[in-house]
Amino acid sequence: MNFGFTEEQGFLREAVRKFVDERCPMAEVRRLMKTRDAHSPELWRALAEQGTLGLLIPDEYGGAGLSWVDFVVVLEETGRTLLPSPLVSTALATMALLEAGSPAQRSRWLPRFADGRAVGTLALLEASDRQGAAGIALAAVRDGEVDVLRGEKRFVADAGAADVFVVAYRVGTALRLALVPKEAPGLRVELVPTLDETRRSGTLVLDGVRVGPEDRLVAADPEATLELLLDCGCVAVTAEGLGAAEGALAVTVRYANDRVQFGSPIGRYQGVKHRLADAWVDTESIKSLLYYAAWTIDERRAELPRYASLAKAYLADAFTRIGVDCVQLHGAVGYTIEYDIQLYLKRSKWLRPMFGDGDYHRDRLAALTLG
Amino acid sequence: MDFNFSPEEQAFREEIRGFLDANLPDPVPDEDPAFLQAWNRKLREKRWVGFSWPREWGGGGGDLIRQFILKEEMSARRAPALGLDFMGLTWVGPAVIKHGTKEQKAEHLEAILDGRSHWCTGYSEPDVGSDLASLQCRAVRDGDEYVIHGQKIWTTSAHFASHIFLLVRTDPTVSKYKGITCLLVPMSTPGITVTPIENLSGKASFNQVFFDGARTPVANRLGAEGEGWKVVMGALANERSGISESTEMQQHLDDIRALAKRAVRNGRPALQDDRVRRRLSEMEIRVEAMRLTGLRHLTDQINGKPSGSETAINKLQRGILEFEMSELSLELLGSEALHQGEIQHDALGWHGTVIGGGSPNIQRNIIAERILGLPKD
Ligand SMILES: Cc1cc2nc3c(=O)[nH]c(=O)nc-3n(C[C@H](O)[C@H](O)[C@H](O)COP(=O)(O)OP(=O)(O)OC[C@H]3O[C@@H](n4cnc5c(N)ncnc54)[C@H](O)[C@@H]3O)c2cc1C
Repeated sequence: MNFGFTEEQGFLREAVRKFVDERCPMAEVRRLMKTRDAHSPELWRALAEQGTLGLLIPDEYGGAGLSWVDFVVVLEETGRTLLPSPLVSTALATMALLEAGSPAQRSRWLPRFADGRAVGTLALLEASDRQGAAGIALAAVRDGEVDVLRGEKRFVADAGAADVFVVAYRVGTALRLALVPKEAPGLRVELVPTLDETRRSGTLVLDGVRVGPEDRLVAADPEATLELLLDCGCVAVTAEGLGAAEGALAVTVRYANDRVQFGSPIGRYQGVKHRLADAWVDTESIKSLLYYAAWTIDERRAELPRYASLAKAYLADAFTRIGVDCVQLHGAVGYTIEYDIQLYLKRSKWLRPMFGDGDYHRDRLAALTLG
Repeated sequence: MDFNFSPEEQAFREEIRGFLDANLPDPVPDEDPAFLQAWNRKLREKRWVGFSWPREWGGGGGDLIRQFILKEEMSARRAPALGLDFMGLTWVGPAVIKHGTKEQKAEHLEAILDGRSHWCTGYSEPDVGSDLASLQCRAVRDGDEYVIHGQKIWTTSAHFASHIFLLVRTDPTVSKYKGITCLLVPMSTPGITVTPIENLSGKASFNQVFFDGARTPVANRLGAEGEGWKVVMGALANERSGISESTEMQQHLDDIRALAKRAVRNGRPALQDDRVRRRLSEMEIRVEAMRLTGLRHLTDQINGKPSGSETAINKLQRGILEFEMSELSLELLGSEALHQGEIQHDALGWHGTVIGGGSPNIQRNIIAERILGLPKD
């Protein structure tokens, strides 16, 4: 039993922190926000050179073959400064391939994910009020061996930047997962403006897209693969969200030390400092749940769904509160476009529904523990 | 990061389970003093009381991970607490191990483990609560003795305690932190009187303790004169981490789930009510966060990073949990909440636990000032 990071993980954290501070300070985040996909191919290649993109990919495919605990370290740091990048999306596409990809599919995509030539993402959801497997209704029409898809996938993260989509659909009631490259005939991406402009998503319009056997993932139990992907998604966005919540807290602590009213830094007043202390209690508690959840992915433990829900439920509500408090503690400047704290507030709004909000996960936990 | 327990640790867990199967009666007669004494003797034979204390002083010399396993297994089976002298075990003993003389160790440590002593803690005074460092109870040196004048209040268990872990002011001329000294005083000392205070449930749990020229040998001083604040900071960290242990909150969670399983709301089982279910999940989230945060701090301790302000995390979490659990349990009782009863009284108890060892506001100040680096107020 050892609940601590290794020395290497400490170095990894430092390296990523240094990278994001140098390569993507807030001015660069704001510049990228104004681009079509909030995605910079140069930054992406630089991340690849750092080894960050191949982190979860085995060495035979050009990656570093590291663990989810390592990946969480990276995401905390990229979240801290709201780094715009399809890092999480591509990692989840990677997991789909590692779990259920054929050798040919892996050899085609994983090396390109690792060296930054390609971006992948999940295209699962359809209705705004449905999460998880219940959100997948798209029905394929069979044409011999080919599944023909007609419909829409919505809320697809990094839809504009992605080169390949992991699409979920049904044949009858059976769930299927397939890889659909962006050039597939009949496939179109409609970009939707997002409230958090550092995070993009769009709608995938499937107009007679043909999915052959070679495109389908070979999951023995597609429901289980889907659940794993969703739980990995929970853990990943919780890690990024935790980093962002800590970033918001740090920005606000700095402001509370600098801003003087009634002859004293506002951070002296308990109405200010106690809210920040509560935020810290929350971020520290979330870390405990998150690190354990990441470890259960690495160990493929049956506890993963429970810990993914524990961590995401806590983070979804706590970050909502932290985002609101941190803006309020800035006074009027918090309401300006100029100050960075509004970007954290918007990130907290993005984060809440992603892979299920607090109530979704509390209901899931209740079903697990109370029946 | 590796949450697997080693084969040796697993074997230890099995050993505890085997011991409990063979020795723990069902139901546990945890109000029967004779049983509790006998139980403590059995645990002492295994060296499970004072599990991590040095062997030379009667402890188990065990590591912190095994201690965690031991507490978890004992709590899961609702075995009585490990040891009979709660304060002695949780903070007085560790303070004596750290700061005590050989004679003090010989006098107190085995007695605590055997449950022959029973410690109480004399910090608070009528005018001194959260601002503990301004305490006024005076001790004046007279040859080989200190002569004590003053008053303590809210002293839990003083009405049956054998000793008091006492903070006094020995030098009023220096800064408030520097003039404080810690004394280990037998309650039988002439010049000490105890009067009980009823808590809101009508029970005598805490007291006023008056010192009217009580004399105690200088040999009963723990640490150097004027070093009492240092001693008490360590003791308070131990008190807070003891108070925050998640095992107890896990028991409360199990209890309230059992209550929810029995309860009916508006003619439907309470467990079919989404709001009840979500509130129970929220509690589960915090209890599990406390457990894992505890393990994180354990790892820090093993790596030589002493537990300090971080224990405030779990103390605050516990405060939130106790409040939420108490209110939900009363709501689940419906109109039965009007009546006297164990659940009804227990639901008021958190008002005390949340203040003892430092109120939530004080915990937040500690975090904001020591960890976040905000100005002192
Ligand atoms: C059940 C129970 C058992 C106890 N057992 C013992 C014992 O065995 N030995 C012992 O010595 N003491 C004991 N105490 C006393 C306990 O340590 C004190 O109650 C505690 O330190 C708070 O002091 P106080 O009650 O004087 O409250 P005060 O310090 O007067 O505080 C009153 C209120 O003001 C708030 N407050 C105070 N200062 C600040 C500040 N700077 N900023 C913001 N808010 C502030 C507090 O949070 C609190 O809500 C016990 C208390 C209880 C309830």
